[in-house]
Amino acid sequence: MGAPIETFYQVIRRQGISRRSFVKFCSLTAASLGLGANGAATVANALETKPRVPVIWMHGLECTCCSESFIRSAHPLVKDVVLSMISLDYDDTIMAAAGHQADAILQETREKHKGGYILAVEGNPPLNEDGMYCIDGGRPFVEKLKEMAADSMAVIAWGACASWGCVQAAKPNPTHAVPIDKVIRDKPIIKVPGCPPIAEVMTGVVGYVVTFGKLPELDRQGRPKMFYSQRIHDKCYRRPHFDAGQFVEAWDDDGARKGYCLYKMGCKGPTTYNACSTTRWNDGVSFPIQSGHGCIGCSEDAFWDKGSFYDRLTNISAFGVEANADTIGIAAAGAVAAGLAVHAGVTAVRRLTGHDENTPPRG
Amino acid sequence: MAQASGLPGVVDRIDERAPRRQTVYVYQAPVRLWHWVTVGCITVLAVTGYLIGSPPPTLSGEASDHYLMGYIRYAHFSAGYVLAVGLVFRLIWAFIGNRYARQIFVLPVWDRMWISGLIYTVKWYMFLVRDPKKYIGHNPAGHASMFGLVLLLVFMICTGFAMYSEGAGRDSWQYAMFGWVFSIFPNSQDVHTWHHLGLWAIVIFVLGHIYAAVREDILSRQSMISSIVSGERVFRDDFRE
Repeated sequence: MGAPIETFYQVIRRQGISRRSFVKFCSLTAASLGLGANGAATVANALETKPRVPVIWMHGLECTCCSESFIRSAHPLVKDVVLSMISLDYDDTIMAAAGHQADAILQETREKHKGGYILAVEGNPPLNEDGMYCIDGGRPFVEKLKEMAADSMAVIAWGACASWGCVQAAKPNPTHAVPIDKVIRDKPIIKVPGCPPIAEVMTGVVGYVVTFGKLPELDRQGRPKMFYSQRIHDKCYRRPHFDAGQFVEAWDDDGARKGYCLYKMGCKGPTTYNACSTTRWNDGVSFPIQSGHGCIGCSEDAFWDKGSFYDRLTNISAFGVEANADTIGIAAAGAVAAGLAVHAGVTAVRRLTGHDENTPPRG
Repeated sequence: MAQASGLPGVVDRIDERAPRRQTVYVYQAPVRLWHWVTVGCITVLAVTGYLIGSPPPTLSGEASDHYLMGYIRYAHFSAGYVLAVGLVFRLIWAFIGNRYARQIFVLPVWDRMWISGLIYTVKWYMFLVRDPKKYIGHNPAGHASMFGLVLLLVFMICTGFAMYSEGAGRDSWQYAMFGWVFSIFPNSQDVHTWHHLGLWAIVIFVLGHIYAAVREDILSRQSMISSIVSGERVFRDDFRE
C-alpha cells in the first residue's frame, strides 16, 4: 500500500502482458458480459484510463464457499480479476498479511479511498449478544461491517448468507444472523445470491462495476438483472420434456435415464432465479439438473426454511403437523363437504319430522 | 325488523323498500353473464391448476410429439385472463348496474341492521330460528361469503399474474403491474404455495355456495337457482305472519 494508484493497463503491462493479450482479454470479458459489438473497446478504454478499484472483502458468518467458487472463475480467470482488474486490498482468507498488519489495511483503505472502494461481504453478521457470535480481530463483526460500509462506494453481498441469511439465519436462528441489508441501509447493495454463487457471475459483477464505474441494473430484490432475471426453469435444457409432459417419476426410473424433467422430483427450477442453466458450473461443465438432480433453490430467500429440497411447494406447519398445500386443501374441503352433508341431513330430518312448519313438505 | 318492503316478510336492507311485486329483477344480464363465465373459468382454472401442481403420468416417446403441459398451462393462462378481465368488468358494472350489482364489493360491517341480519342468518343456518329472513339480494351470510370470494379472486389474480410474469420476463407489463407480489414474498416458492392454497379455498367456497343456493331455494321460500339464470327473484307467498 501507499504506492500511487495505477490504472489497470499500467498494472497489466507491468506484469509483462502484451498489448495483444490485453485486447484479447477485453474481448473475452466483453463477450462474457454480453456487451455487444463495441463492448471490447469500452472495456479496453476503461482499463486503460481508470484506476483499479480497491476492494475490501470481509467475511462474517459463512463457510467460504463463495471464495471457493470465486477462485474457480474461468471467464475471466480469477487471477486476472484479482491481479489486474481490481485491487484486492483486504481478504483475510487469502491475503499474506495477518493480525494487526491486516487490520491496519482496513483503516488505511478507509482513509485513503474514502467513498471510493467496494466492500464485498461474504457471510453475514449475527446480532444477538451484541454480535458476540462472530468476533473478527477482537471485535464483533457487525461493528467492523458497519464501519467499513460507511465509507464505501457500494457493497456487494456475496452469496445466500449476505443476501438472504442462509443456513445460520434459518429457524430458529439462535445467533440472530441477518442479511447485510438489515444493518447497511445507506449504501447501494448488489445481492449476488447462491450457495455459492456461480464463479463467472461473481467475476462478471465485479467486471461490470470496474468497467462502467457504476452498479449493474438491479431487480426488485437487488440482484443484477443480467444474471438473475430468469429462472432456472426458463432456460433449462430439459424444459421441452416439461412442456411435453415427460417427467422423472422416481429416481433411477426410465425417465431419469432419458433425462426427463425433474419437476415431479421437487426440482425448484421453476421458482429459482439464477444463471446455472445458462452459465453452468466449473467452466461450463455441468449444473445440478444436468447431473440428474433437481435444483434446491440455493439462491432464493430462506431456502433452508422452505421445506424439503424435494418439494416444490412449501410445507405448512400448523397444529403440530407438517402438510403440503394439497393435503391441507383436500382435508379442509373434505371437512367442509362432510359438514355440509351433515347440515343437509339435519335439515331434511327437521323438515320430515315437522320441526320446520314454515315450509310444509310438498308432494 | 321493519317489514316495509311491500313484500310480506321480505327485507330490503338497502332502503327498506321494494316494489309491491312478488318478483324482483335482481341480477341484470351482465351480472348473470359474469357469473356463468366465472363459473366456467374457475372450473377450468381449478382442474388445470391442480394438474400444473400435480402433472398427469409421464408420457413416453419424443418430446416433440407432445405438448401436454404446454396445453394445460395455456388453458390455465387463458382462463385466468378471462377471469381477470371478467372481474374488472364486473367491478365497472358495479358502478353502472342496479343497486344489487354493488352488493358483493361492499361489506357494510358498520351497518347495525346488517350485522343483526348476519347474526340472524347464522342462527338460521344453525337451526336456532325457525323462519329465514328473505332478502332481495344476498342474505348477510351470502353477502359476506361473496365479498370473501371477490377478495380471494383478487388474491388469485395478483399472485397468478405475478407468477405469469416470471415467464413473461422482467420487461413485461405483467411484471410491472404485479411484480410487487415478490416484494411481499421474495421467494417465488411461497407465491406458488399460497396460490395453490387459494385453489382449495375456492373449492371450499364453491361447495358452500352451491349447497346454500340449493338449500335456500328449497327452504327460504324464494328463488335462488333460477334467479341466476333469469335474473328474477321470485318470493313465494306462503310466509306466515
